[in-house]
Amino acid sequence: MSRLPTFKGGIHLPEYKELTEREKIKKLPLPPRVVIPLNQNVGSPPRPVVEVGRPVKAGEVIAEPEGPVSSTLHASVSGVVTALDLFPYPAGPDSLAIEIETDQNDSSPELIPSISDPSRLSPDEIRRKVLEAGVVGLGGAGFPAQVKLDPPEGSRIEYAVINGVECEPFLTVDNRLMLEETGKLLAGLRIIMRATGAREGIIAIEANKMDAFYKVQAVVHKEKDIRVRLLKVKYPQGAEKQLIYSLFHREVPAGGLPSSVGCVVQNVGTAIAIAEAVLSGRPLIDRVVTVTGPEIKDPGNFRVRIGTPFQYLLEAAGGLPDGEIKIISGGPMMGIAQATLNAPVIKGTSGLLVMRPVSRERNLPCIRCGECLRVCPIGLIPSDLGTMADKERWDDFEGLGAENCIECGCCAYVCAAGRDLVQLIKLGKAALASRKVQK
Amino acid sequence: MKGKKERLFKVTPAPQLHGGESIPRVMWTVMLALLPAFLASLYFFGWKAFQIEAVSVITAIFTEAVIQKLRGRPVTITDGSAAVTGLLLAFTLPMDVPIWLPAVGAAFGIGVGKHAFGGLGHNIFNPALIGRTFVMHSWLPFMTTWSPPRLAMYAQVDAVTYATPLGAAREAVISLVPSPDGIFSTMDMFWGSIGGCIGETSALALLLGGVFLLIRGYVRWQTPAAFIGTVVLLTWVLPVKEGAIALAPYHHLLGGGLFLGAFFMATDMVTTPVTGAGMLVFGLGCGLITSIVRLYGGFPEGVCYSILVMNAFTPLIDKFTRPRIFGT
Repeated sequence: MSRLPTFKGGIHLPEYKELTEREKIKKLPLPPRVVIPLNQNVGSPPRPVVEVGRPVKAGEVIAEPEGPVSSTLHASVSGVVTALDLFPYPAGPDSLAIEIETDQNDSSPELIPSISDPSRLSPDEIRRKVLEAGVVGLGGAGFPAQVKLDPPEGSRIEYAVINGVECEPFLTVDNRLMLEETGKLLAGLRIIMRATGAREGIIAIEANKMDAFYKVQAVVHKEKDIRVRLLKVKYPQGAEKQLIYSLFHREVPAGGLPSSVGCVVQNVGTAIAIAEAVLSGRPLIDRVVTVTGPEIKDPGNFRVRIGTPFQYLLEAAGGLPDGEIKIISGGPMMGIAQATLNAPVIKGTSGLLVMRPVSRERNLPCIRCGECLRVCPIGLIPSDLGTMADKERWDDFEGLGAENCIECGCCAYVCAAGRDLVQLIKLGKAALASRKVQK
Repeated sequence: MKGKKERLFKVTPAPQLHGGESIPRVMWTVMLALLPAFLASLYFFGWKAFQIEAVSVITAIFTEAVIQKLRGRPVTITDGSAAVTGLLLAFTLPMDVPIWLPAVGAAFGIGVGKHAFGGLGHNIFNPALIGRTFVMHSWLPFMTTWSPPRLAMYAQVDAVTYATPLGAAREAVISLVPSPDGIFSTMDMFWGSIGGCIGETSALALLLGGVFLLIRGYVRWQTPAAFIGTVVLLTWVLPVKEGAIALAPYHHLLGGGLFLGAFFMATDMVTTPVTGAGMLVFGLGCGLITSIVRLYGGFPEGVCYSILVMNAFTPLIDKFTRPRIFGT
């Protein structure tokens, strides 16, 4: 095989995808209750429009967008609103959420008659439908999709890219979606191209998902303006800036957006959600989650309602093994360890991972081996960033370019001293941000 | 959950995977890379070489343990870093030093060179070379008396008149000047059957270890390439000082401590630059200083000082060779 496109830096990881990559997406029965956090998107969280005690139908709006960068939330099940309160949240401290008790007569959301030809829709109509359906980036970041479909004034979008890289080990959501919902994926890409004016569509797939590659290739090979591109397997190939670099050798400027180099990137799941939103008016009330781990009895890919508690999801996969374990929401590189199973699936939850903790020495002194800076895809010096954050030398921390860090975790993965470099940098970035607010 | 004790799980920061690299693995791999040179030292200098090496390594480890105990820090002697320092120091000593001398050097190198700066990862200068410099300047005669390697006994010279190839050239000891059939043939220098410090004479053994570290990725090519390249080039083009005999560049290449320094000391992770560009600058600086000392300085050998001097410049080199940040 000829040399596949890639980016600078990065690491080769064990993949562990074999646990679930052939598991067809299964629909999970409705949970007895769902907890829907308001904070599921980048920007301002939507404002709740239901009160406790109110009956709701699946697909009904329960929170409306607030401000220009926001999203919509819908009841993911039919039932009664039982609380608007602080609830466990998978990506941080307890967070304001709407709890709905399921009544089990799940009435489907009322769907608008389908539009067969999205090319008749104006870009504004597409964005309105996407916003109304509450579509955000499903890869984990939760960036409101309609904002990405609205390139800033003066930028010209050439390429609409579907990110089918899924470079995190263990996760197989996008792999399954590319295999099972190829038609919708293509429709989603067409809509993204229409909304952004992109002249070419690219579906980017890492070379460890050849089944998906052949399937997608078979569907799009007749389309003149859509190409499937195979990329070298290397982490973090799926990071937006690294993906754009691999495909087009263009660098998104530091602090800039992909639109500044003529690109818009949407994840596979997001593109499918966009297609459903625009073609059938279906709001984003469920998503596919990979539930996996070497000791999970029935690992698989499950389509679950947003707000489904992790506990319920894990029981569906055969329950937990005994002994000391770690629960990770997301992939093993960027996911967040959970202390309990009370947090719910949110729109950005791509996986639920059960691992054995491996004891190893952590946070020994740096021996300056330099591996972290050789693997950093951004060209930072993680060892120094970690030290500056540790010593709270914020000016130096910022001067080393801390804000460009994408928190991919390559540095900590290779660190011989076992330093929690990403954690130090994350804390440092938060401190920088709060310092700026104070000024 | 009510009434039942809630199950709690261990929480650790991302990433949850680790590649398995560790400080002990790095250090013991370096020890392994020093094995050929260690065997060569036994072969050429015999039992005495082993004594020097054992005393130096044990003292280095012991000193580290004592200081860490005194400082109330975890004792990390099993990580191999003190052992590496001890062995490297031993390699830089001549075979006729009194047996207490490696102990003093190792204790000073670990105590002052390493722990006075805060221990592993915090030292500015190579601890082994700090130890060597200390004993060199305290007991100069011990450090400049050379016995011939066992296999060169036929040369019938005693320790007083024997010399290293570089020293011989400087003092213009005509009888010892390298010649195809003389004491210091190129092959002798390559195998290591020449006068010198116990771990520096065998270019072949050092090269084996160096290439091993290159393959393992613990040594990057930039440092040895720049260091060795600069020495060969400068000793070739620059004139020698009056009275000295001009050596061919391959004598400078093989006749002193260049390989030991370029592969194992100028590549010490803690005390040298982290970027490839920085390593080139560092190697270049080492090569320049080594050549000047060898050609015009007060000592025949300059590898040790060149590395120590360049160690001081490491933070500055790092600052000016930072990688370009993506998108800038």
